[in-house]
Amino acid sequence: MRKHWQLYMIVVPPLLFFLIFKYYPMLNTVLAFKDYNVIKGIWGSPWVGMKNFNLFFDNPMFWPLVKNTLLISGYLLLAGFPIPILLALMLNEVRSGRFKKVVQMVSFAPYFISTVVMVSIIMLFLSPRLGFVNIAMNAIGLDSVNFLGEPGMFRSIYVWSDIWQTAGYSAVIYLAAIAGIDPTLYEAAKVDGASRFQKILHVDLPGILPTIMIVLILNVGSVMAIGFEKIYLLQNPLNLVNSEIIATYVYSVGLLNANYSFATAVGLFNSVINLILLTSVNGLAKRFSNTSIW
Amino acid sequence: MAAQRTNYKIKDSAGDKLFLFIIYIILVLVLVAVLYPLIYIVSSSLSSPAAVTSGKVWLWPVDFSLEGFKVLFQNKQVVSGYGNSIFYTGAGTLISVVLTIMIAYPLSRKTFFGRNALMMLITFTLLFSGGLIPTYMVVKEVGLIDSRWALLIPNAIWVWQVIIARSFFQSSIPDELFEASEMDGCSDLRFLRSIVVPLSMPIIAVLVLMYAVGQWNAYFDALIYLKTADKFPLQLILRSIIIQNNSAAGLNDAMKQVERQQLAELLKYSLIVVATLPVLVIYPFVQRYFVQGMMVGSVKG
Repeated sequence: MRKHWQLYMIVVPPLLFFLIFKYYPMLNTVLAFKDYNVIKGIWGSPWVGMKNFNLFFDNPMFWPLVKNTLLISGYLLLAGFPIPILLALMLNEVRSGRFKKVVQMVSFAPYFISTVVMVSIIMLFLSPRLGFVNIAMNAIGLDSVNFLGEPGMFRSIYVWSDIWQTAGYSAVIYLAAIAGIDPTLYEAAKVDGASRFQKILHVDLPGILPTIMIVLILNVGSVMAIGFEKIYLLQNPLNLVNSEIIATYVYSVGLLNANYSFATAVGLFNSVINLILLTSVNGLAKRFSNTSIW
Repeated sequence: MAAQRTNYKIKDSAGDKLFLFIIYIILVLVLVAVLYPLIYIVSSSLSSPAAVTSGKVWLWPVDFSLEGFKVLFQNKQVVSGYGNSIFYTGAGTLISVVLTIMIAYPLSRKTFFGRNALMMLITFTLLFSGGLIPTYMVVKEVGLIDSRWALLIPNAIWVWQVIIARSFFQSSIPDELFEASEMDGCSDLRFLRSIVVPLSMPIIAVLVLMYAVGQWNAYFDALIYLKTADKFPLQLILRSIIIQNNSAAGLNDAMKQVERQQLAELLKYSLIVVATLPVLVIYPFVQRYFVQGMMVGSVKG
C-alpha cells in the first residue's frame, strides 16, 4: 500500500466530491424530521418527528401528485420502452449499409438537443396562433387547438416528444446486443427455413432478452424519478392539474416558497419509494430470469 | 461475409420481401419524422420575419434573410450567454474529465486496497440521493450560491462515466505493462500520465464529449444556483426569451408593433439554431465515439 501512495492521493479529490455533494446531502435529509429555522441551522432546529410527512399525506395535493407522477412515467414506459427495441430490430434487417447508417445517425441526433431547446421547439410547433401544427390543421379545415393549454394533452405531448428525442439513442444499446448474437444461430435458422420474421422472433429477441431486462429494470426503477427539467418547462397554469408532479412540487414549495423541511420530506418520500421500487424489480428479475443489475 | 449476404438474397421468399418492404417504409417514415422538424426550424430561421409569422415556410426558406441572426448577435444577453456557456463547457469539461480519471483509474487496479468499498460508495449514489433541497443547502453552505463554480463543481462527476472509464482501463491496460514499468521504477502518477492516458484516448474522447454536451445543454443548476443575469448560460437566456416569451432586448423600439412581433417570432427560431449548432455540427464526426462509449458501458464491469 505504501508503494502505491500516489494512487491513494489522487483518489482524495474525487472522494471529497462524493462525500460533500452526494453524502452530506443525505445527512441533510434529517431536515425532513425537523422544523427548519434559518437562525438555528439544520442541526439546531427542533425535531418534529413525522409531522412533515403527515402534512404531506393529508395534503389534498398528495394523491394528484402521486397520480400525475405515475401516469406520466407509466405512459412513458409503455410507449417509450418497446419502440427502441422495434427500431433496433428493424434497422438490423436493413441490407443497405448506407441507409442503415443514415437512419441511425439521424434518429440519434435529437438526443443532443437540450431540454430547453426541446421544449422551445414543442412550444413553437404547438403554438395556438403561429404554430406549424395548427397552421397545418387549419389548412385541412380543422380548428386550432391550444395544445399546451389542454390538460388532457399534456401526457401525450410529454411522452411522444420524449420518444422523438431518445428512441434512436436507446436503440443503439439493442443494436450492440444484436451484433453480439452467435452467428451460428442465424445459420441454423436459415437451414431450418425460417422466414425473416421467425428469425427475429426466435433468434434476435431471445438473444437480446438480457439487455431488454436490464433496461426494463432501470426504467421501472426510475418511474418516480421522472425528469423534473422538461416537465417544469412545459408547465403552465392551464395544464398544471395534470403536469404537477412530485419533483416540480418539491421545487416550488421548497425553493420558491422556502418551505425547506416540508419539501425535504416530500423529496425523501420520493427517493425512498424509488429505492424500494428499484430493489424489488431487480429482485423479481433475478428470481425469474436470472438477470439483474447487481 | 459477402457470399453469405448474396446467399440470403436468393433465399428471400415473397413473404420476406414484403416484410422487408414494410420495414423500409417504416424506417423512411421515422427518418422524415425526425428530420422534418429540424429542417423546418433551420428554414424558418433563414426566412424573412413576415414569412415566418404568416406560415409560408413549409420546407425551404422563404424570402431568404439573415435578419434574425443579425439582431441576435447585437443582443447583449445572447452574446454574454454564449460567452458564459463556452466558459462553463470548457472549464466544466476539463474539471469533470480530470476528476473522473482520478477516481476511475485507481478503481481499475486490482491491487488497490478498498476498491470494492469505494465502488459501492460511488454506485450507491445512483440508487439514492439526498434530493433537491438538502443538496441546495450544501451548495449554500460551501458558499457557491451565485458563483460560477456552482455550475462546475456540484455535478462534476457522473457515476456512469466513472463506470465506463473504469471498465475501459480494466480491459485495455494489460497488467503486464504495469508490472514491467513498475520494475523499471516508474511511479503510479507517471504511469498514469505517460502510459494510461495516451492509451485511453478513445475513452477520454467519450468522456470529453459526454461532459461537454451535458454542460452545454444544462440549465437546471444555473436556474437554482445563479442569481445574477450576467452569469447566466445561454440555455437560461433561451428559456427567458422563448419559453417565458420575454421579448429579446435589442428589438428597435421605433419599429412598428407588427414588425416587432414578427421579428420576435423569427428570433426564436434563430436562437434555437444558434444554441444547437455547436453540438449538431460536431455530432456526425464524433457519433462513433458515442456509440463506442455506450458499448463499453454496457459491458458489465
